[in-house]
Amino acid sequence: MLKLEKRPSDSRLMAYLSPLIAILLTLLCGGILFVFLGHDPFAALHTFFIAPLTSVYGWTELGIKVAPLLLCAMGLTLCFRAKIWNIGAEGQFIMGALGGSIAALQFLDADSRWALVPILLAGTLSGLGWAALAAWLKTRFNANEILTTIMLNYVALNALLYGVHGPLKDPEGFNFPESALFADATLLPVFSDDYRLNISILFALLAMVAIWTLMARSWVGYQIRVLGEDAKAARYAGFKDKQLTWFALLACGALAGLAGVSEVTGPLGQLVPQVSPGYGYAAIIVVFLGRMQPLGILFASMLLALTYMGGEMVQMEMTLPKSLTGLFQGMLLFFLLATDFLIAYRLVWRRQPASHSTTASQA
Amino acid sequence: MDIDLITNILYATIRTGTPLILIALGEMVCEKSGVLNLGQEGMLLVGAVIGFIAATVTGNLFIAVWFAIFAGMLMALLFGFLAISLASNQVATGLALTIFGTGLSAFLGSNYVGIGLDGMQPLAIPLLSDLPVIGKVLFQHDPLVYVALTLFALVFWLFKYSRLGLKIRAVGENPEAANAIGINVQLLRYAAVLFGGAMTGLAGAYLSLAYTPMWSEGMSAGRGWIALALVVFASWKAERILLGAYLFGFASILHLVLQGTRFEVPPNIMAMLPYVATIVVLVWLSSDAVKTRLSAPKSIGRPYRPMS
Amino acid sequence: MSSSERLHLQGITKAYPGCIANDAVELRVNSGEIHALLGENGAGKSTLMKIIYGVIAPDAGQLLWHGQPQVISGPSHARQLGIGMVFQHFSLFETLTVAENIALGLPADQAKDMAALEARIREVSEHYGMALDPKRLVYTLSVGEQQRVEIVRCLLQDIELLILDEPTSVLTPQEVQQLFRTLKTLASEGCSILFISHKLDEVVELCNAATVLRHGQVTGHCNPQHTTSGELARMMVGDDTPLSENYSKAQGTRVALDAKDLCYQPEDPFGVRLEQLALQVKAGEILGIAGVAGNGQDELMGLLSGEERQDSGSIQLNGTAIEHLSPDQRRQLGFAFVPEERLGRGAVPDMSLVDNALLSASHTGLKRKGWIRYPAVRQFARHIIDRYNVKCADEDAQAKSLSGGNLQKFIIGREIEQQPKFLVCSHPTWGVDIGAAILIRHSLIHLRDQGAAILVISEDIDELYQISDRIGAICDGRLSPIAPTQSVSIEQLGQWMAGQFSDPQPQQPEVSHA
Repeated sequence: MLKLEKRPSDSRLMAYLSPLIAILLTLLCGGILFVFLGHDPFAALHTFFIAPLTSVYGWTELGIKVAPLLLCAMGLTLCFRAKIWNIGAEGQFIMGALGGSIAALQFLDADSRWALVPILLAGTLSGLGWAALAAWLKTRFNANEILTTIMLNYVALNALLYGVHGPLKDPEGFNFPESALFADATLLPVFSDDYRLNISILFALLAMVAIWTLMARSWVGYQIRVLGEDAKAARYAGFKDKQLTWFALLACGALAGLAGVSEVTGPLGQLVPQVSPGYGYAAIIVVFLGRMQPLGILFASMLLALTYMGGEMVQMEMTLPKSLTGLFQGMLLFFLLATDFLIAYRLVWRRQPASHSTTASQA
Repeated sequence: MDIDLITNILYATIRTGTPLILIALGEMVCEKSGVLNLGQEGMLLVGAVIGFIAATVTGNLFIAVWFAIFAGMLMALLFGFLAISLASNQVATGLALTIFGTGLSAFLGSNYVGIGLDGMQPLAIPLLSDLPVIGKVLFQHDPLVYVALTLFALVFWLFKYSRLGLKIRAVGENPEAANAIGINVQLLRYAAVLFGGAMTGLAGAYLSLAYTPMWSEGMSAGRGWIALALVVFASWKAERILLGAYLFGFASILHLVLQGTRFEVPPNIMAMLPYVATIVVLVWLSSDAVKTRLSAPKSIGRPYRPMS
Repeated sequence: MSSSERLHLQGITKAYPGCIANDAVELRVNSGEIHALLGENGAGKSTLMKIIYGVIAPDAGQLLWHGQPQVISGPSHARQLGIGMVFQHFSLFETLTVAENIALGLPADQAKDMAALEARIREVSEHYGMALDPKRLVYTLSVGEQQRVEIVRCLLQDIELLILDEPTSVLTPQEVQQLFRTLKTLASEGCSILFISHKLDEVVELCNAATVLRHGQVTGHCNPQHTTSGELARMMVGDDTPLSENYSKAQGTRVALDAKDLCYQPEDPFGVRLEQLALQVKAGEILGIAGVAGNGQDELMGLLSGEERQDSGSIQLNGTAIEHLSPDQRRQLGFAFVPEERLGRGAVPDMSLVDNALLSASHTGLKRKGWIRYPAVRQFARHIIDRYNVKCADEDAQAKSLSGGNLQKFIIGREIEQQPKFLVCSHPTWGVDIGAAILIRHSLIHLRDQGAAILVISEDIDELYQISDRIGAICDGRLSPIAPTQSVSIEQLGQWMAGQFSDPQPQQPEVSHA
């Protein structure tokens, strides 16, 4: 009979294989879903996952979405490695966008590229500040960071709405809840005038390499890993958990804030209510799917970025709801958690010897 | 402030507190068995959208409520399979459930946004509802308000007097020991998780069929999360959940109180209030960390699989 | 077949990945018999007990109960048959009362009337000389009392076989005697008792039948009353392992660690308060502290390691005040610690041995300017593995993949190789097989002879007598007098473990207190 049995040691192979299995299962379920919706599953999956990438334009658009996902995910990696369940990247992202926009609106007449520096700084610091609030609540009051960061996300969202409906609204914007368009000089430089892809992707890749090195080679990174794996061992070794918590949360807030301000000074060019299509939440999936490993996270952020493009694609081409994106993202995480079971356990085919026959004979 | 305003405020407080009671009671039972389900928000949204769709399609609110309950349980089953049978990380699985539920509800409800519905009508209790003030505040609610109170009594009784409640507490405190004395840990945990799903599904139905009879994306607005904080606030006691839910309900409708006074606060700032209140409560709880630790189920969040 | 045969196991086999826990085990227990199941740690005793109690199912073999083949589907079924079990790690619920705990183990119809149940608990517990208050919350009970709850829970049902897994390891010598009286009363009333142990003298004192296990196989059946402990020991450990070890005693020189007036109120509501605790450990000696678990050992360890901070009092190492320093700062001054929990404190379960070697040894030149020198760390890990004979795949193996004994060798090696001036070692050989235990004790003695001050905290009195130069006990957060090991009788130590000594600690430790 088929039995589940605990492996003596975690399987490294399964650790890398399970995200791939999860992706396959998601595609399978997605295909079945499309059949139920009355579409040819292969054509639909093609539209969702392949079509967006058949042009250079598609790839540059992917890059635009990879940048914020990757920035947030690298920050979250630090937190999750330390088992600090920061769900607040979304709020930190929004605050980064909000803070950056307030700064950008002071430079509407700027024609120097240098104006971008204080704007990016303002956004990064806003995200950092928002995360600092969570760090303070956790280290000073021991308040559960899952709940505080979620609550701070809702507060940040309402602050954003207040901003675009109130003081930051473009006076000449026909009462739309949007800020004025930022000055050209205060927009992030693009690689080519034909595409929207800007240098924020470089920020993201830089962050990836930096955090990779930090986690793999530095003493701080080691301490964060130990704290997350085994808080008692960290205490035994004398690591300062509060300092590490501050470090991880502030770094994450700064990166998410940078992602936020890059969004408003990048593809958007102004502050709008829908500044984030849930990047902060999707980044959580990215981190898990990427196994908290830098390259894994890079690929995972590309995949999640693709789900956003696919959602838009099926909406345009097949008039299916854009919310398929969220559904695919959720399925992906679920399947991943399920297949992760195979890292610590294995399925074995075991013959049941003597005892089985004796049990049968006694019945 | 005149008496009508006070009456309205108290009436609205009870209405607003009702979904929180349902979710928090369900989650409390779940946590007592040692399972932390952070997927409340997702289950809530799915319950709400399924309830709304069922009501639109069948035109029968009673059936719709059962659909919502069933949807909540299905979501909970999904969570339970991962968290109980596959011993996955409960925090990650709960988050996954919320993300999945948010996506699923948006997808299912995409054709139902902006559709109107004749919501649940108040059920005035004869005689009592005629009482001044109290009659309106307590006895002219829709049926689910009374259902919530009945369920509160049930859960209260469960942990105060029943052997089943004792078993659930045992499982949540020390699953290995519970298994050793012959309690089926997995079964009880599944039951608790499913009960939690049913309660949250019901709360979803309340939102989309009674509280604001309509569907909009993300209409739960974080109530699932607030209810999670409420369980901690109540230190896992049913009676304190009741109190806490009404306090939160009151905080959420404070704008009614400020209405017509000199204090004009922008609506978006007002809307922050329940979330800020939740943070304040979490901070306040830290002053009594020892008590929280004593009342928290000891093995909460720790996966358990019996060895074979 | 004897008519009074109660339990008979035939060819019981149970395999886990990588080891065969039970290999065709035969066992017979008669009515009214106190039957010992002897074996070293890891011999398969606990697995066999769990099979009898229905917690785990055997791969092969059968179980006869009163001569009838039975497949025990689970603990409730076992209890229906009249089999009760007291686990080594109690299966109690700390936040429930004694009566609630017992009610949970009873069939629903017997547990309905709580008042009647409480009366029965009082009656039964007094009959067997182990008084219990049914209304108390379990976490307020001492370990010995918690064991009584477990036993009474079994006795309240019509019990025919009581299984006790290493019941004496958590008791003071006096409590052990009380337990033995209870068990003999029970046996005289016809109840069979299966007594799991690795302590030969206890088995000889109590049991009238024994089955010995080694590496999962039965190596002998005998009557301990007609067998010498030497013969029993041979059956237990085999021919190629030395049976007993003698270690030289040392005097110690100057005071190395000097703790004065330590007061500590733990935040943990289940913790033990330390009051005015004073302790001196000399360089070149091993000081042993005996005590039943949960009497302040963890708190003392926490204060010494710096993981917890005392409310008042001072700690000095070689004249330097260190009470305000963090664990890593103390390590830089020459502290080292071997905690009781190996996996999940002394070592990070999911990390490799390389990473685990770094955990407490980073100050020994394994990092530079915030960056880790991994080649050096790897070399250090390899060195420990070679020197302490740690059996593992390689240094990249996860800590959790090692057996308890091998992990303990690794941790002890990691701490000793830092050449500490002061080492605190908690339960050095608990759950470790004899070969590893001997290696660990030798390492400790060797470190002592190099001039280190060593504090050993343990529940294993035999071991403390073997390796300690001076000995004392801790009870309820207070420390007994400390005296040279040879001058302390086991009765004296037992009284100290039970808290029978006066405060403050006298300078003349020979004075005994009744």
